[in-house]
Amino acid sequence: MEFGLTKKQELFIELFEKFAQEEVKPIAAEVDEEEKFPEETVEKLQKYGFMGIPFPKEYGGAGATDLEYAICVETLSKYCATTGVIVSAHTSLCASPIYMFGTEEQKQKYLRPLIDGSKIGAFGLTEPNAGTDASGQQTFAVLDGNEYVLNGSKIFITNGGKADTYIIIAMTDKSKGTKGISAFIVEATTPGFSIGKKELKLGIRGSATTELIMKDCRVPKENLLGKEGEGFKIAMKTLDGGRIGIAAQALGIAQGAIDETITYVKERKQFGRPIAAFQNTQFQLADMQTKVDAARLLVYRAAWNKSQGLPYSKEAAMAKLFASETAMEVTTKAVQLFGGYGYTREYPVERMMRDAKITEIYEGTSEVQRMVVSAAMLK
Amino acid sequence: MNIVCLLKQVPDTTEIKINFETGTLIRDGVKSIMNPDDRAGLEEALKIKDVNNAKVTVITMGPPQAEIMLKEAIAMGADEAILVSDGRFAGADTWATSSTLAGVLEKVDYDIIIAGRQAIDGDTAQVGPQTAEKLKIPHVTYVEKIEEVHDDYLIVHRQFEDSYHLVKVETPCLLTTLTEMNKPRYMSTYGIVDAYDHDIIKWNLDDIVVDPSNIGLAGSPTKVRKTFTKEASKKADLFEGSPKEAAHLIVDELHKRNLV
Repeated sequence: MEFGLTKKQELFIELFEKFAQEEVKPIAAEVDEEEKFPEETVEKLQKYGFMGIPFPKEYGGAGATDLEYAICVETLSKYCATTGVIVSAHTSLCASPIYMFGTEEQKQKYLRPLIDGSKIGAFGLTEPNAGTDASGQQTFAVLDGNEYVLNGSKIFITNGGKADTYIIIAMTDKSKGTKGISAFIVEATTPGFSIGKKELKLGIRGSATTELIMKDCRVPKENLLGKEGEGFKIAMKTLDGGRIGIAAQALGIAQGAIDETITYVKERKQFGRPIAAFQNTQFQLADMQTKVDAARLLVYRAAWNKSQGLPYSKEAAMAKLFASETAMEVTTKAVQLFGGYGYTREYPVERMMRDAKITEIYEGTSEVQRMVVSAAMLK
Repeated sequence: MNIVCLLKQVPDTTEIKINFETGTLIRDGVKSIMNPDDRAGLEEALKIKDVNNAKVTVITMGPPQAEIMLKEAIAMGADEAILVSDGRFAGADTWATSSTLAGVLEKVDYDIIIAGRQAIDGDTAQVGPQTAEKLKIPHVTYVEKIEEVHDDYLIVHRQFEDSYHLVKVETPCLLTTLTEMNKPRYMSTYGIVDAYDHDIIKWNLDDIVVDPSNIGLAGSPTKVRKTFTKEASKKADLFEGSPKEAAHLIVDELHKRNLV
């Protein structure tokens, strides 16, 4: 058994850390405060190859693995969870299903630009009446000649309005239930495709979260991803991978909060001593880091399994469940250790606490993760 | 066009601590980094490569651990890397280092050699110019900008205290570069993968053209007798009064000592 990272992975960490400290950290508060999608950062992420880490070089990817990708999302999220989820949704929810299920033509046409960074990706599954119960899709796709005609709407779509390429899940045959669901690659410029309401959120406020509206949106037949009826399977498989990204985001948020807290408790004095000298602080920190390290091992295991072609559905669900709940707990404790200052926007821990909450909800709530894990245990 | 960058791996002196009893640097646990002036030089080489058909080769003389720095250089965009490592080079001062590097460069094609102005651990600024002298090629130190690149000459800015010199220099030549001249690019994710798919060329004494009496500790005319932290020899003069009065007092004192 080997727990150490390779020299190559250490070099990746050096890159991610340097980039995050210089390009992401300085604007993280502004991105949150102004609900600003960090366009300039995304351009730099594209330039340095952060948008296609786990894909092979033949499609323009970095040729690295899901582990390096997870470490990338973790490191970006240490400083800015918004930036972390932009990379995660793009990579796991859009590029990845095209890589896994796309035809060679689809890969050349859609995957390549997503990976080389000229396009941003997003994924549309959730609807007002189809959240955790993703089978209740009310977006319909009807074949008409050489085109599918899509009608319906999606909500809470990460990178909505900023993405050029969307994976849209829609019902093609309602009588078949989940086996009547299909997946489509939809370009943002397709007539009939539009962006609806932009959500105002508690956290990850710089991330664009919008409604997608499809009204007689005609998509070429060749943009069907996989076969008709495979949409639900594609969506579930996509979310299995996406959970590794969100788990990594949660892990980063939690570690970021601990790092901030360590600096603060050494400086903040009460009763004539730095609060780091009090055993309560010490024990809290020990508990926080222990949980975060445990989360890291789960996240890295899931990513490693995926990179090795091993089953990872249960492992990814466990990683997301534990990392997200740890992020919520650790950031809440961080705010408490900061006291009144922690509640203000003078310090980043309140933002981290707000950002942490979503990791327990999106790409499958904690309850869904428990369903996935227990189903795998009891089958 | 062939560009060669000379790189040195140094301890990150922003993190380094000094053992005041022995006067030596405590290197334990201190990260090694690419010397900042050298990194700026590499960035200049890569900028030339961005717009010209150039091959960038990076060379370092150092212990086997320096390989990671060469990987980093490839991950930034360098095409080839040579690690010159041999126990017989140990203890080299600037003379022995430049002799060794010149011996390496005798076997490498180059139009432009770029070295950092100086390394943050030794701060001598000697290795670049000495190497050029041994190769009998022109050199320009303290380059703060490369203005023009032509097949047979370059035009560069050489930094001076309050001005710069515009220098035209024929190639092949050697430049020494300054940290402040650019913001070096990051490695890229694909570059890191390339760096690990790419073998670093490893040379030892037997692979280069050098007089063995000019290398290593024995070939180093510099002998370090003692290392110590300099103590302030004179107490500071304190001037009292308002800032304006104090300024006058300081100016008077400087005139009195013929310093202005």
